[in-house]
This record gives sequence, C-alpha cells and structure tokens, in this order.
Amino acid sequence: MSNKVFAAVALAVALALAAVTQLIPNDYFFTAAYTVLLFVILATAWNILGGYTGYVNFGSAAFFAIGAYTTVFFYNAFRAPLAVGIVAGTLVAGLAGLGLGYLTLRLRGVFFAIASLALAVVLYIFVVNWDYVGGARGAYVLQPRDVPFGLPRYIHLIYAVQLVMAAFALVVARAIEHSTLGRGLAAIRDDELAAECSGVPTLKLKIFSTMVSCALMGMAGTTFPYYLSYIEPSSAFSLSYAVNSIAMPLIGGMMSWMGPLIGAVLLGSVQQLVQVTVSSAWNLLIVGVLLVLFVTLAPNGIMGWVDAWRRRKGR
Amino acid sequence: MEVSWALLANAVIAGLLLGGFYAAMSVGISISFGMLDVVNIAHPAFIILGSYIAYIVNDRFGFDPIVVSVAVSPLFFLLGMVLYRIYYVCFERRGQESLRGLAFFFGILFITEVALVLIFGVDYRMVSTRYGDVTWRAGAVDFPMRLVVPFLVSMAMVIGVQLFLTRTFFGRAVLAVAQDQLALRLMGVNPVRVKELAFALSIATAGVAGAFLIVIQPVQPAIGREFIGLVFAVCVLGGMGSILGTLLGAFVLGLAESFTSTFFGPSWAPAVSFGLLLATLAFRPSGLLGR
Repeated sequence: MSNKVFAAVALAVALALAAVTQLIPNDYFFTAAYTVLLFVILATAWNILGGYTGYVNFGSAAFFAIGAYTTVFFYNAFRAPLAVGIVAGTLVAGLAGLGLGYLTLRLRGVFFAIASLALAVVLYIFVVNWDYVGGARGAYVLQPRDVPFGLPRYIHLIYAVQLVMAAFALVVARAIEHSTLGRGLAAIRDDELAAECSGVPTLKLKIFSTMVSCALMGMAGTTFPYYLSYIEPSSAFSLSYAVNSIAMPLIGGMMSWMGPLIGAVLLGSVQQLVQVTVSSAWNLLIVGVLLVLFVTLAPNGIMGWVDAWRRRKGR
Repeated sequence: MEVSWALLANAVIAGLLLGGFYAAMSVGISISFGMLDVVNIAHPAFIILGSYIAYIVNDRFGFDPIVVSVAVSPLFFLLGMVLYRIYYVCFERRGQESLRGLAFFFGILFITEVALVLIFGVDYRMVSTRYGDVTWRAGAVDFPMRLVVPFLVSMAMVIGVQLFLTRTFFGRAVLAVAQDQLALRLMGVNPVRVKELAFALSIATAGVAGAFLIVIQPVQPAIGREFIGLVFAVCVLGGMGSILGTLLGAFVLGLAESFTSTFFGPSWAPAVSFGLLLATLAFRPSGLLGR
C-alpha cells in the first residue's frame, strides 16, 4: 500500500469510527476511549525513536506536558481555539526535542536517555514555579459552550479529534518505516558505527527522528487541558505516561507501526478496566510488572509471536 | 540584596555537607555505570527502599537508621547479585542492554515506587534520632547534626570504597573489568562474576545512602526519580568511573544547589543538577577528572 492510500484509509477508518461510536449512549466510553487513543499516539511516537532508531526516551511525560501547557499558554494569552493549541503544541514539543537531541545525541545513547529523564523533572519544576500557566495550583481551561459538527458534548469532539490525530501519528510512523529514512534509522539501531561508515548521516537522522517523535508526543498532549477542563503539573508530568509509552511498544512489538497500536489498545483497555474495578495504583503496578516481564521473557512482544507463528505456518 | 558573609558561609557549609551525602548516593552509580557499563537508572529506587527499611525499624524499635542500614546492607548486596544475574542473562549476554536493559531498570524503578506507594501511601515519612534536632554553632555558621552525621559516615563509606577498589585484589579486578573484559578472561578471571559482585556492592551503597537520606529529609516514594538526574550528573561531572571525581562532582553539585536555594529559593534547587548534567554533556563529556 502506498503512503497516500494508507493515509486515506486511516483517515476514513478514524472518521468512520468517530461517526459510528457517536451512537454509544454512555458518556464514559468517550472518556475511556480518549485515554486509550492518547496512549496510541504516545506509544507510536515513542516507537519512532525507540523502536526504529534504538534510542530510549524517558521523557514522554515532558513532551506530553509541553503540548498540554502550550495549549494552556495560548488559551490564557489569546483565548485561542483548540486548533491553534494543537499546531503550536506540536511545534514547541518538536523544537524541545530538537534542542535535547542536538545537545545529547552526539554522545552515547544512554546519555540521551538520562537527559530525557532529567528534562521531565526540570520542566516540572519550571511549570510549578510559573504562575502564568497556573503554577502548582493548576489552570482551568473552559470548554467552549457550543460544540461544532452537531456533537452533543465537548468530550465527543475531543475524542474525534484524538482519533484523527492517532490516525495521523500512525500514518507518519508507517511512512517513516517504509522510507529510505526508516532504513537509515534501522541501520543506526542495528549498528551505529557500521551505519556511519557506510555513509548514513547518523546524527542528522537521529535528530530528525527525535524531533518527529517528540512533536507527536506534544500533539497528544494538546487536547489534554480540555479533557478535564483543568490541568495541574503533577498529572501532566505523571511518570505513568513515560512508563506506558515505553511498555506499550515493548509489549506490542517495536519493529512495525502495528506493535505500538496493538500494545496501546490492549494495555490501555486493561488499565481502564483495572482503574474502574480495582484502583489506579494497582493499575500502575500492573503496567510496571508487565513491562519487566515482557522485556525479560518476550523481547519481541506480541508482534514477535505473530511473526514466529507466520514463519512456522509458511514452512 | 546585600550579600552577608554569614549567609554566604552558611551556604558554603551546607553545600559541602550536602555534597558529601551526594557522593554517598552517587558512588554506586560510579561503580555500576562508570565502571561496569550497567546503566542502572533504578539506583535511586534502592536508595528510597533503604530509607523505608531504616524508617520501619526506627519506627518499631527506635534503632538508629544509619546503624540499621549498615546491618541490612548484606540483603541489598544479595538483591544486587540477583538483579545483575537477571540483567546479564536476559540482556547483556544477548547484546540488548542499550534499549531493553534500560527499559528493564526503568520498570524496576517504577515497580518499586508503586509498591512503596501501595504499602506506605504517599505521606512523607521521617525518623527520630538523638542528633536530629541538634545544631552545633561556630560563630554565625550553623552545623546541623542531621547533615553532619550523614556527611561523616558518607565520607567514610566513599573513602572505604576507594581504598577497596585501589588496594585489594578484587577491587583491582573491578577496575580491570572497566578497562578490558577480554584481557581479564585471558587471565583466568570470570568477568561476569566480578561484575556481579561489584554491582551488588553498588546496590549495597544505595541502601546505606537511603538511611542518610531519611535522616536529612522526610521521604516519600516518588522523590526517588528527582535523584536520577542528580546521581548521573555527579557521576558524569566527576568523570566516569573515577571515585575521586565523583567526590569532586558531588561537592560541586552540593555547593551549586546550596547557592541556588539560598539566593533563588529552594524550589529551583532540583533544576541545578539537570543544568549541570546538560552543560557537562555538551561541553566536557569526559568530566572533570575523566580519563
């Protein structure tokens, strides 16, 4: 399938899903589905750098929060509509990724990982001390009263927007995976020194994939202030975003765009169930335990099982 | 604002005392990350675990937290051995440490934190010691004992580790692993065994540092991740795998944080370690005393 065809199909599926699910009478569905879609975007974005290039980003929460707080900033400053927040948040997160990548990607990969983790802590402190976007108290972002497209409530709109953004993230990931760029990234992942010697512009490719990955993470966050119409630093910077965006691709499989999608839908739905039936602390424990179990026992994830099964059938 | 000498002197003393404690927290990372090339980002989780064990025993029986931590350090040592075995079998042997090994330690960090939240909740816990409220004064300069005691024991521990590594046969084997594993194998030494024990030593120091932490400040499960930036900043700043460098880096960071919180407010202090880490990575990745 060419990229254009795939993009058209993904968009059509997203819109169809958005239209069909509007028939569901239960409002909780939209809240839960919004969260799962958020994880689809985060996991797909993480995998562009983590799965394709082999560099671990522990700062998903930081870039997610950059997207969210850019929306808050534009809302406070100009009462800007959601669309402005989405575009601005994506760009700012991409720029932050560019900066972090430029500073640390020249060194060994582990320094990038550590710096990304520390970045989350520092941005958190920065936001807590920045009163204009609410500081530690948090900020309110009012949902507009009239919802476009004749949707009954604002959460329905946010859900639909999130669906389209998830489709967009998947299209970007798949396009990168199937391009010359993606092959360059795979070469870096498998043997960076050999890639460099074969003329792959490793630093440029790494910085580019970091930028795209971080921009998509920021995009996932841009709708978040509208979701509860309230945002505060410790929820926006929650470590659970970082853990989930690593656990989901690892559990689904990191080699193709389908892995993070499968992992996010599975793990995201399980978490929603546990959160409702048990508690949110247990839910985080389950994610952590699953992450450790999969990474030690099934390093190629669910897609790895599928591939093994296909190979056996083919023989 | 006029800078008074008393304020300045107090900031210097507090920074040095804090720096000694940072050295104790980071010396384990200098071993595991600097020498063994095992990127143990779960190191702060073991520090917090050490804090909680010291807290429980202190709460129930009233023992001194630092004495408790030294007494239970063999348990941390064992834990470290088990952890390294898993890490070696699942990641290092297959050459997958860079991505999956990191994710593994991240998962361990996260599980420890969430498990502590489930057991103890998110309240801050503290310990009671005989020296906790005592402050020794020399003129206008304060020496709070809750900083001085951990500082002294930290120094003893870090110097002990340095002597162990440079003066004993096993310590030199650890330094040799850091340089050339193949050569070690040719000498008839099993590098995996050496790394296992050295990694266990690094986890044991984390457990002891945890007791210092809870003597110095109240602890809750989530503060561990604030120290990740700190321990790696100290390790990189000082120069990878150099214990003396770690000591120097810890003092630099302690002073920088102390000055920041004195002159800009304590809420900015945690940002200092990250700033120093980024600056070091950008301008001098080999650190102050790097080889």
